Amino acid sequence: MSTTLPPFEEIVSTHGPTVLRVCRAVLGPMDAEDAWSETFLAALRAYPTLRPGSNVEAWLVTIAHRKAIDQARARTHRPLPVDPLPERAAPSEADRSDGDLWAAMQALPFKQRAAVAYHHVGGMPYADVAALIGGSQDAARRAAADGIAKLRKTYGEGGPR
Amino acid sequence: MMTTHEPGEPERSDLFVGLTAIDEGTMRRLHGRLVREAQTEGLLDVAYRTIDSPVGPLLLAATAKGLVRVAYQCEDHEKVLERLARDLSPRILHAPARLDAAAKEIDEYFAGLRRGFELPVDLSLASGFRRLVLARLREIGYGQTASYAAIAVAAGNPKAVRAVGTACATNPIPVVVPCHRVVRTDGSIGQYVGGVEAKRTLLTLEAAA
Repeated sequence: MSTTLPPFEEIVSTHGPTVLRVCRAVLGPMDAEDAWSETFLAALRAYPTLRPGSNVEAWLVTIAHRKAIDQARARTHRPLPVDPLPERAAPSEADRSDGDLWAAMQALPFKQRAAVAYHHVGGMPYADVAALIGGSQDAARRAAADGIAKLRKTYGEGGPR
Repeated sequence: MMTTHEPGEPERSDLFVGLTAIDEGTMRRLHGRLVREAQTEGLLDVAYRTIDSPVGPLLLAATAKGLVRVAYQCEDHEKVLERLARDLSPRILHAPARLDAAAKEIDEYFAGLRRGFELPVDLSLASGFRRLVLARLREIGYGQTASYAAIAVAAGNPKAVRAVGTACATNPIPVVVPCHRVVRTDGSIGQYVGGVEAKRTLLTLEAAA
């Protein structure tokens, strides 16, 4: 667009919802809001150094990915599992209706989950997905395809087609 | 840095097509949390909100130092925010609570209950002679007026009458820094950043109180 960065408020309102979905897809609804908050705080900190004209959504998903890894790592050190929906501030009605899908996502291995989240939910091209999760572009594509195939079995049968 | 599309990319899976929209309450809650955390971390460089007033909606923006911008609707609030991002910092968030005190004083002013502003101001959007003029403007009392020529004298440059006009026209904090109290030497009202009608409204308000 131009040579200057828009006010950060615009970044939050334009990309906030998509980034929240990506966080939900990777981490599940319960940890997603913490990851979202950490992502946008980190993004706000780094924002003045972002080159104008950059792909902001891909930049945000990249930051979210680092936060997701931190959280996934923290989670494995947590004492005990891990009902997919432990009690906490209850998500709203609309947010809960996607809960089955997010729960099915949680059953995928991290790489597949991340590939599905970044490509199918975040709209990131596979080249960028590969740069984030490691491995080749083809491997990222395969991870996402495997993830989607599993989701079709666990969730997709009764779910929307 | 990153590409947006690749040729031959398979479409996104239809599994995610039917997702419900993220509801507004959730986004509002997350936005509020971001504002609080940004403030704690010292990352909220510019906070803004809008208020209603008898001269139309006003945009208020503040830095950590104080009120830095008041903008009339005719200045185009979106453009004003873009310029603040360029001139001050792009770390700008809608954070009404941080402008509660400023909003309250301005409300009281328009209600005729307040004759002077105590809120801290940040004049960093004006520099040099313009900034000097703004400082002089703050000395014109409520309900009084001064001529452009008189302000030029007060600012130490009697010949700079036009420059005083420019300083008033580009006043970043109108209403609070009272450029509306500067009129022509012949007593006619002169121009105003918020339009002549708004200037008349302010002068009438102050004459009545």
